[in-house]
Parts: sequence; C-alpha cells; structure tokens
Amino acid sequence: MPKTAAAPKKTVLVTGAAGSLARRVIARLHGKYNVVAVDFRRKVETDAGVPSYRVETYKRGFEDIFRAHRIDAVVHIGRMFAHESDRDRRYNANVLGTKKLLELCRKYGVQQVIIHSTYFVYGASAYNPALLDEDAPLKASEVTQDLVDSVELESLAQIYLWKYPELHITILRPCNVLGPGVQNTMSLLLSRPLVPVLVGFSPLMQFLHVDDMADALVLAFEKNQPGIYNVAPDDWVAYQVAVEQCGCRKLPVLGIPPALPKMVSSLLNWNAFFPPYLINYFKYPVILDGALFARTFGFRPRRNFNDIFSYYRKSKLMNA
Amino acid sequence: MISVDTLKNVARIGPREALYRRLVTPELDELFARIPKPVGSFGFDPWGYNEDSAKLALGVIKWLYDHYFRVTTHGLENIPAQGRLLVIANHSGQLPLDGVLIGAALATNPDGPRAARAMVERFFPTVPWLGNWLNSVGAVIGDPLNCAKMLEREEVIIVFPEGVRGSGKPYNKRYQLQRFGNGFVHLAMQHRTPIVPVGVVGCEETMPSMGSVTPLAKLLGIPYVPIAPPLPLPARVYLNFGEPMTFEGCPDSEDEVTGYVEQVKARIQELIERGLNERTSVY
Repeated sequence: MPKTAAAPKKTVLVTGAAGSLARRVIARLHGKYNVVAVDFRRKVETDAGVPSYRVETYKRGFEDIFRAHRIDAVVHIGRMFAHESDRDRRYNANVLGTKKLLELCRKYGVQQVIIHSTYFVYGASAYNPALLDEDAPLKASEVTQDLVDSVELESLAQIYLWKYPELHITILRPCNVLGPGVQNTMSLLLSRPLVPVLVGFSPLMQFLHVDDMADALVLAFEKNQPGIYNVAPDDWVAYQVAVEQCGCRKLPVLGIPPALPKMVSSLLNWNAFFPPYLINYFKYPVILDGALFARTFGFRPRRNFNDIFSYYRKSKLMNA
Repeated sequence: MISVDTLKNVARIGPREALYRRLVTPELDELFARIPKPVGSFGFDPWGYNEDSAKLALGVIKWLYDHYFRVTTHGLENIPAQGRLLVIANHSGQLPLDGVLIGAALATNPDGPRAARAMVERFFPTVPWLGNWLNSVGAVIGDPLNCAKMLEREEVIIVFPEGVRGSGKPYNKRYQLQRFGNGFVHLAMQHRTPIVPVGVVGCEETMPSMGSVTPLAKLLGIPYVPIAPPLPLPARVYLNFGEPMTFEGCPDSEDEVTGYVEQVKARIQELIERGLNERTSVY
C-alpha cells in the first residue's frame, strides 16, 4: 500500500481477522482508518484497501507487517481456542504471540493497544461473589491448566500496561459473546440441537451480542482510556433457561462427583463445545460488573438476550 | 428455573392448580408487585434471585408462618419501604428457620413488602438443586463483596452475626447470645446503612439439640450435626423488630467497632426478653 505523508488517517492492525468479531471490527473501522488484517488461520478476504496477511504472531515474519505499515494502533482479538490446537501450540500462539506483539508495538512506536481477553480468567468457583469487579483475583488457573494461557496473556498485558504507559493498553474482559458466525465454545454449544446440562446446576450467565462487542472494541479504541474493563450487560439469565430459549434440548449429565462430568466430556470428545476444562463454568456463576466500562465509555448493549437467543432458535428452524 | 416451570406446568392441570393458588394467593401476588426489586429480562437478579421461585417459596413459607409456627411480629413499621438496610438478629435452632421467618415477615409486611437477602454457608453452591434454589429465593454466599454490592443496590440483608456459633449451640444455652462478628457494623459504616435489630424467640425450641456429633460433621464437611428431632417442632415464634440504629463516620479503631457491636447485641437481648415475656406457651 502506498504511504502518503499527507494522509492523517490512523492505521489499525486487527488480529484474528478470520473471526466474526474481528470482521465486524474491521467493517466498522474501514474507511475512517487504514486497516491491516492478520490471522494465523488463513489469509482473509477483505474489502479493497484492507491489506490482509496470514501470519503467526509468535513467528519472525510478523515483524514484516510492522515494517511495511506504520501501525498506530493494534486491536488484538486473535486467539487460538482449545479445540483448535494442543496446549503447547496454544500457549505459543496466545502467550508468546502476545508478548511478541507487545514488543513490536514498543519497537515501532504503536500508540494504542486493545487486548480482547475473556471472563474465563476470573475462574468459576463456588466461592465467587457476584458482580465481580476488575480487581477481583484471577483464579482461572486454580481450576484448570487449560486456562493458564488466558491468565498469562492477561498478566503479560497488565505488566505492559503499567510499565509502558505510552502503549495506552486497554484490556477488555467480555462475558460470553454470541451471535451469527461466532465460533467460541458457548456459541458452538448453543448452535447444537442437544446440549449437555449438569443435573441440579444452572449457573447465572451474561451474554453479549457480537455486534455489541464489536462496538465496545471500537469505542475502546476511539475513546482511548487505558485500563482494564469488564464488558457485560446489566442482565442475567440461568444457563438452563438460556439453553431452552435457544431451542436446544437438554442432555442431563451428573455434575457430582466433580470428576464425572469431566470424564464424560473427554470420553465423548466434547472438546469444542463442552470441554472438560470449562465444566465449572456450567456449574458456578461468573457474573461481571460491567459498570466501569459502561460509565467510562458510555457503552450500553443495543441487543438484548432475546435478540441473541432468537438467532440460535431461528438457525435451528432453518436447518431442520 | 426448570423445577419451578415444571411445578407450574403441573400446577396448571387438575386439583393441583387449586393447591398452587392456595399457596400463591392473589394477596401474595399483589404484595409481590409492590416489592421494589429490579430484575433482568428473564426475572433474575445478579445473584440468581428469581421472582417465580421466590413467589412459590413464599407461598409455602407463609403457610408455615401462619399455621405451623404461628408467628407473632411487632415493630415491622421500623422497616423502611425503600432503601438499603441491615437486619441483625440472634441465630438459633440448628436450621436457619429464623432467617426464613424474618424473610417472610419482611416480604408480607403490609406497610411496604421487601425481598430480603440472607447469607448462607459457602458449601451450599456445591450442592445440586439446593444451591440454585437457595439463590433463586434470595440467599447468597456470605461474601463481603456480595454484601457491599447489594447495599449499593438498595437491598435488605439479614445477618446473623453469631453465625454457626448461634445456630449450632445446644439447648441448655438457649437465649444466651454468643460472640457477635464485627463485619456487619463495618458494612453499615462503609455503606451508610441503618441497622434494624431483631429479637427472635421460639426458634430455639423448634430443634432442641443435645450437642453435635463432631466427627460426623467433620467427615461431611459441615459445621455441625445436631443430636435433635429430625424435623422442626411447631414452636410458637415471636419476632420483635427494634428501631433503626445508625453508626456513622469512619471508625478510629476496632475497639470502637466492637463497642457499636455490643450496643446492637444489647438491644437484641432486650428484644429477646420482650419476646420471652409475651410468650405464654412454648408450643
């Protein structure tokens, strides 16, 4: 892409470009800003004027993108899910990849970084109070080894946040993001006709439409208020009610002893949608207080639970 | 919650409809509509409280309240119709029946019904059904963050500062207040919340205990296993609500807080005496 010195437009690098959330963020930024799209999975088809790369962030080739474009801001959405790879490769991609990304941001004078984290970092524990604030301890790794990468990614980002204020790092911890095209665990789960539920456990959950999350990321970029923020609506629903609302039938699985549902999940290879390491999140609630983000950025989700659930309900009717 | 939906579906057919209606009376419906309690789009609040479950539970409890424990209350006018509040009471009777009955008294208060919250032991969320059900009727685990957030959202919280020291004590120590924790006064001061003291009389006699089988309790991971009747006895219960007490400012020392705790404790002792004096028959 030719670089014109006169262009005042900022250049934003968006990772995870193949995902539905990043695609929406790119669509919102495109035109107002120069966008560069990267993904480790494939070279994404983008609109004219949006250069796109297939690159693994923890490998050397990644730096070439910073050499070719004068990146002003990074929106780091790209994450490798557990069902996409083994633990080592995921650790490399998520933790080392983010480290590499932050180092490059420093080296090339990037002025703003938005990190897309997850509410999983809080950990689903029976002792969790509700409406967790951003300063609640991150107990996910207490629950499982498979979430260590999420927690380490966060602590890494936090170290950079305090150590290098010039990077203007904003960390967002969204609740479950759902909607058309979303391929995360919860979305894959609710897209299924038959869904496991733990007998006698129906934890409260929060959901955010992927369009609202894209708005939140763009807001975080445009308003630039570095810090750590939960992104969640002021609304709550029990998991088993959500399952019904999405038109799923329930498959009851015994929830105790705790090892039993984990065993069932690994034996039946439910890794993509009901993985053993997330069983606790279907047992105990992790409810976020999204007030700080709402206040700081003037954010209010525009789609409610019914809008979200009706998408899953309708898509099931279409496939039937 | 599924269980409630199923119950309601069942209640729709045949003679059970009549039973449901007898429990959840139109008066109860009307009281519920007046409770100042914001909930989300599916009737839940952040702690899992659910209107439908709470209504059904209150229907059952109200029956026990009127006909089994024959509760007499005084001083309900001390409960404001709106705004944050800590309701502090003596704890007794092995099971948290005192909390249930205070909750029912507050929810059916004609001057201004309130949906009160109670704090429960931390092991409850791990118990299937029971954990969810307790949440759905308003109970949450006793975490200071939960209390703080609830008070900021103008809720009423019932606290038993004696905790298991009070509820698990044997019958020969009845109506002797055990050590009070200081947490509730800290909460009241931090969140500028009035305290309404309550003296509960009668719950001691619902489950007179000879003592606790400590090894069994240890094995089960619960606070105590009482040697007591298997079901609560129908003792008459007297609830005396006192006038609101306020403690303002920032405490200079823990001793100052302990002093305020002792004031509340003394007030509760008086309210208990009042209940004991008006009681003519235990059962």
